[in-house]
Amino acid sequence: MSAQQVLFDAPGPKAKRNILIGNIAGAIFVIGLLTWLVITLAERGQLEPAKWTPFLEVRTWQFFFLPGLWDTLRAAGVAIVTSVVLGLILGIGRLSHFLPIRWLAGVIVEFLRAVPVLLMMIFLWLAIGAASIMRPQDIPFIAVVTALTLYNGSVIAELVRSGVEGLPKGQREAAMAIGMTRGQSLRSVEVPQALTAMLPALVSQFVVILKDSALGYIITYTELLQNARRLGVGEGNLLQALLIAAVIFIIINFALSSLANRLSKLLSFRTAGRAKRDKDQKVLLPDATNAG
Amino acid sequence: MDGFLSLFEQYDVAGAFWINIQLTFWAAIWSLLLGTLLALFRISPIASLQWFGATYVNIFRNTPLTIIIAFGVLALFGQLFVSLSEDFNLNFFRLAILGLSLYHAAFVCEAIRSGVNTVPLGQAEAARAIGLSFLPAARLIILPQAFRGAIAPLGNVLIALTKNSTVAAAGSVAESAGLMKTMIEFRSDMVIPIFFTFALGFVIIVIPIGLLTTWASKKLAVAR
Repeated sequence: MSAQQVLFDAPGPKAKRNILIGNIAGAIFVIGLLTWLVITLAERGQLEPAKWTPFLEVRTWQFFFLPGLWDTLRAAGVAIVTSVVLGLILGIGRLSHFLPIRWLAGVIVEFLRAVPVLLMMIFLWLAIGAASIMRPQDIPFIAVVTALTLYNGSVIAELVRSGVEGLPKGQREAAMAIGMTRGQSLRSVEVPQALTAMLPALVSQFVVILKDSALGYIITYTELLQNARRLGVGEGNLLQALLIAAVIFIIINFALSSLANRLSKLLSFRTAGRAKRDKDQKVLLPDATNAG
Repeated sequence: MDGFLSLFEQYDVAGAFWINIQLTFWAAIWSLLLGTLLALFRISPIASLQWFGATYVNIFRNTPLTIIIAFGVLALFGQLFVSLSEDFNLNFFRLAILGLSLYHAAFVCEAIRSGVNTVPLGQAEAARAIGLSFLPAARLIILPQAFRGAIAPLGNVLIALTKNSTVAAAGSVAESAGLMKTMIEFRSDMVIPIFFTFALGFVIIVIPIGLLTTWASKKLAVAR
């Protein structure tokens, strides 16, 4: 139910006047806050042209932001593919009727979900480095992708499981009735429908992967944040450089979130499961366990 | 094994985890306050406040936490000289709490809003039908049910916050992820036992929170 409908009646003339007064007061508060921010920044010399003009130069984008963005997208893109694969494997494992497999998959998923991504990332980075099995310049990338895969794979496994459990049980019974085994039923009847149902949640998870790829900054991976810092140190405009990096992230993530919303509307009638979200929830309520 | 144990005499592992718990505790309180305020903005009938709440949530939810934490140290402190304490370490600690709170407030706001969304419209209509005006209806009928519906998502935010407190390493706070790095660099032959010690520490902290909030949300669920 919409919060608006639960909390408020349709406003009468008096309530309309009160809302108008509140609206003006609220607007003054919001505009005041923003003005204060701008004035403070201006007072401290942060709005001077010299701090901002570097972002108009080609070399800034050519040597800092675009390579950084490329590395961010590369790590996130690879991690998206591998974590979906891992998620499917672990998710089907959790649904298996064979107890040891179900148990093993459960322990792995619970463990990976409870350990901070950053901890896994630092561990992999140093462990691979100590084992000296690959070129040093590749290690941060591999560590970022592997850590993101392990964590998000376990989250996607839970999505797969809840997607399959959300299907009407008639689907499974029909598969059994035509003589399919449990494995066949999962592979050809249940998981494909669950995938359609979970697609919006899956796309929201891609936002988490993209955001968490910025953790690579801590292990010296040359992603967007790292490059923004390098630029900012050189030009003496760290604040502005980090702001631009944040804006780039926000634009991409916002586009992904909108895609997730569209998908949920589009797919809601194409599966026996529930692709539809809460009607009034503009963006899927993030499973904040992965609010990286 | 002896080497492994002597590592724990050399390094204060429990102390590092204690920093994470403190970060989580303070950021939980601040983000709960700010998040509740934002949720009130978003469910109010006042358009300008709704806009502010929605914009805040969309901006902070889509920004990587690492950028926010790095911003605190590099931009707020490094460039604007914003200092939250005379003490150098305490300043970084507080800046990290500020970053964690600003980021997780967006998720708290959405959790509380989803709680309000679990209340059926009939409840409000019934409240009006027995003559309750807006404030009594909100206080006696809607909000108690809304908070009970928000326990599970709030628990998820708390778990995320606990794990995300490691990102404070990007803000020069000496917490467990940073200590793990130092320990592994010192004894790279023990990389696996060291990692599993720290991982286990988080499993021990996180899993009880999950069980507790799941239990509470079921126990307090409104039967419909």
